[in-house]
This record gives sequence, structure tokens and C-alpha cells, in this order.
Amino acid sequence: MNSNMNLQGAIDCDVHPLTPVPADLLPYMSDYWRDTLQVRGLDFWETIAYPANAALTIRADWRQQSPRADANPATMAKTLLDPHGFDHAILNCLFPLQSFRDGNMAAAFASATNDWLIDKWLSRDARLRGAVLLPIQNIELAVDEINRRADDPRFVQILLQVMGEQPLGKPHFWPLYAAAEKHGFAIAIHAGSTYHHPVTGSGWPTYYIEDYAAQSAGFHTQLGSLISEGVFVKYPKLKVVLSESGISWMPAYLWRLSKFWRGIRNEVPWIDRDPMHYVRDNIRLTLQPFDLPNDAVTAARIMEQLGSDDLVLFSTDFPHWQFDGDDMLPKGLSALQVRKILIDNPRATYSRLAAPVRKGAHP
Amino acid sequence: MTLDAPVVHNLDPATGESSAVTKPNRLSIIDGDVHTAPSKLAELAPFLPQRWLEHMQTYGSRKRHGSSYEPYPKAAPRAMRRDAWPDEGGLPGSSLQLLQKQHLDHYGVDVGVMGPLGLSGQGEINLDLSAALASAINLWQLEVMAKPEPRLKASIVVPFEDAVASVREIERLGADPHIAQVFMLTRSMEPLGSRRYWPIYEAAQAYDLPVGFHVFGAGGHPYTGAGWPSYYIEEGAGHATSCQTVVTSLVMEGVFERFPKLRTVMIEGGFGWLPALTWRLDKLLDRMRDEVPHLTRRPSEYIREHIWLTTQPMEEPEQRAHLEETMEWIGWDRLLFASDYPHWDFDDPFRAFPASISDAHKRQILTANGKAVYRLG
Repeated sequence: MNSNMNLQGAIDCDVHPLTPVPADLLPYMSDYWRDTLQVRGLDFWETIAYPANAALTIRADWRQQSPRADANPATMAKTLLDPHGFDHAILNCLFPLQSFRDGNMAAAFASATNDWLIDKWLSRDARLRGAVLLPIQNIELAVDEINRRADDPRFVQILLQVMGEQPLGKPHFWPLYAAAEKHGFAIAIHAGSTYHHPVTGSGWPTYYIEDYAAQSAGFHTQLGSLISEGVFVKYPKLKVVLSESGISWMPAYLWRLSKFWRGIRNEVPWIDRDPMHYVRDNIRLTLQPFDLPNDAVTAARIMEQLGSDDLVLFSTDFPHWQFDGDDMLPKGLSALQVRKILIDNPRATYSRLAAPVRKGAHP
Repeated sequence: MTLDAPVVHNLDPATGESSAVTKPNRLSIIDGDVHTAPSKLAELAPFLPQRWLEHMQTYGSRKRHGSSYEPYPKAAPRAMRRDAWPDEGGLPGSSLQLLQKQHLDHYGVDVGVMGPLGLSGQGEINLDLSAALASAINLWQLEVMAKPEPRLKASIVVPFEDAVASVREIERLGADPHIAQVFMLTRSMEPLGSRRYWPIYEAAQAYDLPVGFHVFGAGGHPYTGAGWPSYYIEEGAGHATSCQTVVTSLVMEGVFERFPKLRTVMIEGGFGWLPALTWRLDKLLDRMRDEVPHLTRRPSEYIREHIWLTTQPMEEPEQRAHLEETMEWIGWDRLLFASDYPHWDFDDPFRAFPASISDAHKRQILTANGKAVYRLG
């Protein structure tokens, strides 16, 4: 890929607006929660993910813009959407409310953050689309939040973190998938941990590098769980988007899962097809980061190992530092693959993108 | 050269016993993962102090996953091949005679590196018990298996959550020529590059022993960063993630900076996961080198020099060429054949490899690489 590649009409499926602080959310909260935040001094809430000053968290040239490139829709448009002619950018707000232990508080923050996203972002640039944040701690309240956002076509997906308390295929979570399928939301599982468990099965790693590396292992877990538990047997139209997963881990994991399925499929008798088939029908991956050496041959090999050109959705992971300059696409992709990644695959995945946004929804 | 296999057997009409006839150009086999086991606790009695024998009889094994055996019921009883149960009773892997006949002789295995699981003390909450059982299983390997059958090599099982006791065990047995490696498990209380484990690596390096990290173990955490999966199929596929934790931690903590001659072997986690992890770690180092200034090289360089992987269970992509290119990315000199005998997901040395892999590469994986990494005396 070179910087002259035409990105016109692309749909960027993983973009991060600057995460709000609790004070930003107060206007969208009830009196009770406004009081609670003030009485209890809840004026910040951060996890150990994406340290504010780490190089990965925001690319240096975007950090140096004033205001920051991710600070508001105007600077984001100027930096990202306008120069390349993107049709849409899907905003995944990473406010870490799924790390709360209190499900009621999480529900208040989820609803407020979703309202904040509409007010500060979605209503200010017609190209922007959003992900619904949920209080995963309480499934009933989470379903309420999905239903509350169902009539707003600017929300196109549900946002879950890759490491929560339980693997996401467990039947406990299925009401979310029923609601998502009914309303045409994709389920985005994004890198990130609630930190209710250590990020590895062997405890807490010392360095942030290890934490970020381990996020990819979380995607192995979720893919195995969603398939083995039968989520796609029950919800065959559901699309699950693995966001910021690294991509190149997936073929080898599927070889293993497929082999174990052949050996012990009597354990999960509802899975009557090779796990690979569920991936082709139901799983998608966002492009950045694409864990690869910087050569066209390896990229082409991994794309072939993925076994389908329908799986990858364009993303920049803006403003995280995943690429330099405008090198958003790996080398070695065919023109057809590029077209599918940029446009066709996102449009096929996000059925809600086709819905008209009513007049007046954005000034 | 061709892979002749399995070895032809002549049945002696008088005894009904088979005797292996090896062809002159037969490829020799080093098997990096053979699971031997005492038939029952009492068989460890000669090697286990009475105090701990009684403790086991009264309180039993209490591991950090809270189950009396394993949290996930296996695909077959005790995860064993159904034809590997000895007629005389006891667990598969407990009868030297059956192991010789069914595995070493049948396939012409020249070296089998033992990896004891179960009654080995690893994962025990009580660290004194952990150390006592590890010592006992090590003596059992030597006296009951390796000395009578020199094709079998012992591993020093270390009670790795107690580094002091682990070093004591390595120093006690490390010079014995029947020992081929130090043996740990991938699931641990802290990621295995953490400093609490460094004395173990220091001792292993001093005795020129590689450290093998076998999948499984009980570290006291859910098996994934997203909690406990429901099914054995998820656990099985997920071993690839616990292996990634080990490699990431060894590299990022600077274990290979501190112990530049250390050789490590990832056992029973397959290998297909390594290239993507290596690419990911290289890229992350480029981004955040300032967090790990103790590293002087890129992760890919440490991995290429210090990490070997056993092949079982061999990944099986639809397109076998994908496996070959993955092996190419890892390096043909980094892969070691392992059978996992007598477990149900056993790999046959003559059937596990895709036919397209050249004999020269098979020779590396079956023999040459094992000679380079294990201390075979």
C-alpha cells in the first residue's frame, strides 16, 4: 500500500473519540447520579489500559495537534475523514464503565455516555456512527440500553470488551445477542479488559506491552467461546466484529479449534459444522492493528490463510498509533481485496448503515 | 531417503513376543513428550517420606483449581488412549513393558523425554507437599523408568512456585546423565518470566539443561483473562494462549538477557501461534521500547534463539501448505517432534506430518533438533 491508494468511500470501523471524564457526563445523568458522583468524589475513572502518555495510545503527530486530533468532530474530520474521503467512521468510545463492580452505576454511565456521544459527536458530523456502551454487569439493564438505542440508526453496533468476568459465549449473555440480532446491531468485541481477572491465565504481567499483547489471547478465548457455546446456531444472522484483535493470530487458532472439534465434538453436539464455517458466516475483524512484518508476501499469505476475502473490515484504530503516515493498508493486498475491505465488507456487516438517518438528527 | 514406518515386527512363534527389526536407513526419532506415571500413589512410597504419604492418603491432592482431578472432563478416561491401559492394571504410562512394546519399539523411538503429570506436585497449594511429590516423581522416573530403559530420559519436575525448593531439586539431580530437561507447566501464579522464577532458569542454565514448559497447570487464576470457559474443547484450543503468555513474559522480563544460554521448549501447545505473536511483540517493542529498556534486541531475535516448540498436537489447516509456510516462519530448526503418548490426542511420527514436508525437514524435526536442545549426555 502506498499513500496514493484511493480510500474514497471507505468505512472506518474502529475510531476512538477522546474518552470523556465523568464531569463531561454529568449533564446526561439523573439528579441521583449527579449527586452521587459529587458526594462520592467520582471525578475520574480510568483503568490501566491505554496509559495516557504511552506512544501507542495516540500517535505523536495527532497528539501534538491543538486541540488533539481526537478531541472533537471537527479536528477528527480534518485529520482523518476529509483528507481521504471516508464515507463513515464508527466511533468506539472506550470509557471503561464495564470495569465498575456496580451494575447500576455502570447502567447510568452507559446511558450517559451514549447520550454524550450523540450530543458531542454523532449529531455534529453526518458521517459519524456509534457503538452502544452497555452495563455488562447486569444483562437486564444492558438489554434495556440496546432497546433504547434501537430507533437511532446512527448506532450501528454494540461494544463489549474482550476480557470480562466470563467468556461471552455463555448463555448468560444470550439476551444481548437476541436483542442485537433483532435490531440489526453488530456485536463489536474490542480489545480491553474489565480487569476483574488478571489479563492472562497465569496472573498479572509486569509490563503494559505484555498487557496489550495479551489482548489478542482474549480474542482467542471469545472466538472459542462464541462458537463452542452455539451462539451462532441460536443467532445465525448475528455478526460479531473482533475489533483491534491483531488479525494474524486467527488462522492458527482456528486450525487448533477445528482439530479439537473433530476429536471431541461429542462435547458440543450442537456444533455440526467445522468451526471455520461459523467464522465465515458470523465473524469479522477490523484491520488495524494487523500483526505482520512489513512485507507484501507475508500479508498475502495471511490473507490466504484467513480463507475468505469477506472477513476484514477497514479500520484505522485512530488515534492509536498503529501505522505511520497514511499507510493504513498493509502491502500485498489485491485491488479487489482493498475494495472489499474498505467498502463492501463493512456495508455487508453493518446492516444499520443502510437505514436513513432522519432529517434534523444532525444540525 | 524415505521414512520407513512403522518398524517391521517379527513375531516370535515360540513366545508370541515381537522384536523390532530396524532397517539400516531408518530415521531415528526423539520424542519430546512421553507421559509416564506411577500406577498408583503406593508406587511412589519408596521415594516419598512417610509423612507425605500419609498426608496424601488423608488430604489428597489439593491444587489451585479446586478440583480433585482436572476442571474439564477429558475426551477419554484420564485423557488416555484406550489401547494404552496395561492389562495388569494401573495407569497408562505406568507399565514399562507396554510402553516399550507399544511405543518405543513399535515406532523405533530412540529417545523419549518423560513429562510426568498428575502425581508430580506441580500446582499443589501446599508448597511442602509440592516439593516432596516433585522429588518423589523424579526419583521414580530415574529408578523405575530411565535406568532400566535408557531410551527414556527423565525430566526434573520442579515445584516451581517455590524457587528455593526448585533450585535444590535441580542441584540434587542436575548432574545425572539420565536427565534431559527441567520440567515446568504453562499455568503459573505469575507469568513465568517473573523474577520469582529466575533462580530456576539460572540453575537450569548452569547444568546445561533446557527448561520445558508443558501445557496445563494450576496457577490459581481462571484459565483465560476473560474467565473460565465451559468446555474442554475451549481449554484444549486455548493452550495456545497460555503458551503465548509464557513466551511474552520470558522475552519482556529479559530472562534471555540474564540467562543468555538458556534453552526453552514449549510442549503440547502446538506451534502455529508463534509467528503472529512474534510479529505482534516486535511491533509493540518498536512502539514502547522505553517501557522495557533492559531489552537490547527485538523479541523475534530472542525467540529465534531461545525457544523451541514440540509439534503435537500438530495443527491441521485445510490447506496443508499453510502449515508448511508457518513452519518456515518459525524455522525448521526450532520444531521438535512429540507424540504425547499415551494420551488420546497422540501424534504418530509417521502420519502426523503433511506429506509435502521434505525428508530433510522431517529429519530435523524428528532427530536433529532434539539432539541440539536436550541434554542427551
